[in-house]
Amino acid sequence: MYQIRLILKNALRHKLRTLLTVFGLIVAVTAFGLLQTVVDAWYAGAEGASSARLVTRNAISLVFPLPLTYRQKLRSVDGVRQVSNANWFGGIYKEAKNFFPQFAVDAPTYFHLYPEYRIPEDQMKDFLRDRRGAVVGRKLAQTYGFRLGDVVTLKGTIFPGNWEFVIRAVYDGRDAKTDTSQFFFHWDYLNETLKKTVPRRANTVGVYVLELADPSRAAAVSREVDALFKNSIAETLTETEKAFQLSFVSMTEAIVVAIRAVSFLVIFIIMAVMANTMAMTARERLSEYATLKALGFGPAFLVRLITGESLAIALGGGLAGVALTFPVARAFADQMGSLFPVFRVSGETVLLQIACALMVGTVAALFPGWRAARVKIVDGLRSIG
Amino acid sequence: MRIPLAYSLRNLGTRKLTTALTAGGMALVVFVFAAVMMLDEGLKKTLVDTGSYDNVVVIRKGSGSEVQSGVERLQAAIVESQPQVALGPAGARMVSKELVVLIALGKRGSDKPANVVIRGVTPMGLVLRPQVRIVQGRMFRPGSDEVIAGRSIAERFSGAGLGETVRFGGRAWTVVGVFDAGRTAFDSEIWGDVDQLMPAFRRPVYSSVLLKLASPAEFDDLYRAVDDDPRVKLDVKRETQYYADQSAALSKFISYLGLTLSVIFSIGAIIGAMITMYAAVANRTAEIGTLRAIGFRRSAVLSAFLAESLFLSLLGGVLGVLLASTMQLYTISTMNWQSFAELAFSFTLTPQIAAKSLGFALVMGLVGGVLPAARAARMNIVNALRAA
Repeated sequence: MYQIRLILKNALRHKLRTLLTVFGLIVAVTAFGLLQTVVDAWYAGAEGASSARLVTRNAISLVFPLPLTYRQKLRSVDGVRQVSNANWFGGIYKEAKNFFPQFAVDAPTYFHLYPEYRIPEDQMKDFLRDRRGAVVGRKLAQTYGFRLGDVVTLKGTIFPGNWEFVIRAVYDGRDAKTDTSQFFFHWDYLNETLKKTVPRRANTVGVYVLELADPSRAAAVSREVDALFKNSIAETLTETEKAFQLSFVSMTEAIVVAIRAVSFLVIFIIMAVMANTMAMTARERLSEYATLKALGFGPAFLVRLITGESLAIALGGGLAGVALTFPVARAFADQMGSLFPVFRVSGETVLLQIACALMVGTVAALFPGWRAARVKIVDGLRSIG
Repeated sequence: MRIPLAYSLRNLGTRKLTTALTAGGMALVVFVFAAVMMLDEGLKKTLVDTGSYDNVVVIRKGSGSEVQSGVERLQAAIVESQPQVALGPAGARMVSKELVVLIALGKRGSDKPANVVIRGVTPMGLVLRPQVRIVQGRMFRPGSDEVIAGRSIAERFSGAGLGETVRFGGRAWTVVGVFDAGRTAFDSEIWGDVDQLMPAFRRPVYSSVLLKLASPAEFDDLYRAVDDDPRVKLDVKRETQYYADQSAALSKFISYLGLTLSVIFSIGAIIGAMITMYAAVANRTAEIGTLRAIGFRRSAVLSAFLAESLFLSLLGGVLGVLLASTMQLYTISTMNWQSFAELAFSFTLTPQIAAKSLGFALVMGLVGGVLPAARAARMNIVNALRAA
């Protein structure tokens, strides 16, 4: 017990130094937590994807559509329970920086496949009745102030022209992992308009989404679907929704790797700072350590004393950093708007933060501890810091 | 009377571990600061060098990029016949009507798919881009299923190397040449004959029209002529502007991220410097008292400690820049959000970036050193001498 008191007293001897070190730790641990959360947010789409759904797209790449006629064929594949389809719309709301995903979906079926998007029944009816109707996520609605009945105009980049929609429903996510920053509207509206403006692009579909009766047969069904359209005008590539989402993440992998590297770099920086603090502390107290030794305390006691002090400071800064991460992450998410649909500090991140703080504390105590344990009593008593 | 600089320098030498740790922390911060600026510079250089000032890109109005664009044959012909278009040696109009699509290709080794730009060009397309040179193999023969691949695609994607074949559009295409486009965005593309690629992809329309102006000053005339023509709905942009627009979002992201990180990290490094300098002052209280007693003024003590802090940060800064300069060996390839296509670019170190990084380090040293130096300068002579 007295040892703990000694450690705490020691830690507070140089108030300014300890304060500065703790402050540095708070900044570093918060920054680390925020960067980890950014990386998590990058993977959020794949995290929220279901393994019971397959996505079928054109084998060449996503910019090529699939014919509408594939729908009937897909429905007849054994193991497929339901089929729906979606087109990436890529419209601009007022300005290019207002980015959010927009999909033209087969309205009657799409939301059956996505039970995680919760829409009140009356709003769903309104949406189905109105061909220009749109469904928006809660987060998106909050970001841009969309309310039921509002008319929203999107400028098409892939599909030319100005497109008008009426907000008919707002969906909530089943849990915090669900992306509620999307915008859905009727594929029929898109298709009927294209028939008039660009007939050659009508009756095409971006991707088909298949619901599996048995998720464990995902690989077999994917192969079957792709075999069905082998050597046709549009060959297909079918994979689970998760793999589909991950393929997007992997395209920007270099950025994720850079952010990860940088998040560990900040820990190294603070490790240097903390190690410096401990080295200086031990250096100044070398004669004290010699005195303790002369009184009969063993090297193990000194190592415990130094490590304890280092860990106490590191943990103090680490815990404060963890506490600060939550408000900072919330503020950051508000700033980013719909760019990061899901932005939440995970339990894993918190654990990593604490582990990093402990590691910094331990590493910082290594050299001073070793030195104090080895110092000869005579040399130590002679040293003047 | 000033305290000699050697005093400040040699003090750093006495506490080697502390100096090394503090300078090391600063070096890492400067490294991040410099690396991010180098990345942004590399990206800008890649995309800005891609365009040339007297070339003009024509895409569908509002589409933003070639991949999303579609230009009907009739519209392309109208653009081609504008009087501002330059004439080539044989009197041919210097216009390339092109197809730009994305295909998913697997990377070598990991086989992870990425979107690669396939560009269907006419022979004029090469004339309009003088920076593109074939470095291995030969040009594709028009009318055949041959393609040529940009250097960074040939290196990194399976099937895209010389002599290999890529499959898309129901056919196998042989890579007969590798071209070097001088580290521009074209290095991340595969080129083929537009008249072969259009039927293969079942695309009846072009994606874009590239043309050379007879004189760069005629851009405004061309812009007005196309804009006023009711038969076409097309955007006319200088090629340089077009590629600058393509990099805007990614460049903004990199610089925002870099700025935020540098600010956060520099707090850590400044604190490190502060701790070190406060300790240096505390350890040398009696020394400071002596210096004052033998006649050095407060300002001399202040500048001696500031100099020490600045030397410390300069050491960190130089280390950081050296560390960052090794990053020039690496090439980053990632998806550009505006075109959804793979783009390779490298870290580029310029003298300005090196100077800015060293300046950044010195500012950190100054901020970290000013309070401890002030404490040293404010010490009372008698008390300081007694402290020993």
